[in-house]
Amino acid sequence: MTVRIQKEDFDVSREIAALRSGNPQIGAVASFIGVVRDLNDGSTVATMTLEHYPGMTEKAIDKIIVEAKGRWQVYDALVIHRIGTLAPLDQIVLVVVTSAHRGDAFAACEFIMDYLKTQAPFWKKEQTPDGARWVEARASDDKAAERWGSKG
Amino acid sequence: MLKILYFAGLREATGSGSEELVLPAGVHSVEGLLAHLRARGGAWTEALAVSKRVRAAVNQDMAAGETPVKDGDEVAFFPPVTGG
Repeated sequence: MTVRIQKEDFDVSREIAALRSGNPQIGAVASFIGVVRDLNDGSTVATMTLEHYPGMTEKAIDKIIVEAKGRWQVYDALVIHRIGTLAPLDQIVLVVVTSAHRGDAFAACEFIMDYLKTQAPFWKKEQTPDGARWVEARASDDKAAERWGSKG
Repeated sequence: MLKILYFAGLREATGSGSEELVLPAGVHSVEGLLAHLRARGGAWTEALAVSKRVRAAVNQDMAAGETPVKDGDEVAFFPPVTGG
């Protein structure tokens, strides 16, 4: 399992190739890429800046991946999350899961993303025409994480 | 000694990114520490108000109000997370 917090962009195909290289037991690779939109809560977004809690961020995501591996058949998982200032169209986050079959890969990938949204200590600040504002957490994100049931 | 960290909007509102604090007498939990910090008044009272849904971590693990706090711990306070 690999967790990287970085300012730099990432190359999805290169990351996927590295994660599944040399393992012919893998039959399914699921990935999720989160990107910056130019509109949020009714305002245009010029840029956003991501802050995090160094140390805890990596630890929290490690725990989420371990939890996913306990629930589904997963060979490996990768999470890359960018920090710093990003603009619309930029990639923010990548989650990749390898498994023998698609069901496990899809579920584990979605689970990791849902838990990351509510458990990993990142905060977004947007620059809008009305000034800078911290993004508010969404109740729908709590609901998305809750539907997987309590953590083991 | 406690190490206390503040993130995002909470860091801006309190004007503090981190501080060291001698564990106040009678403080044994996250909620107790929050109440102590709130009692500082001004921006602290406002930023740490119950309505702000302040989240906490103790030694880099998500914590609840009743999570114990002891000397030497790293305690962080922050708004609900918005990554991904």
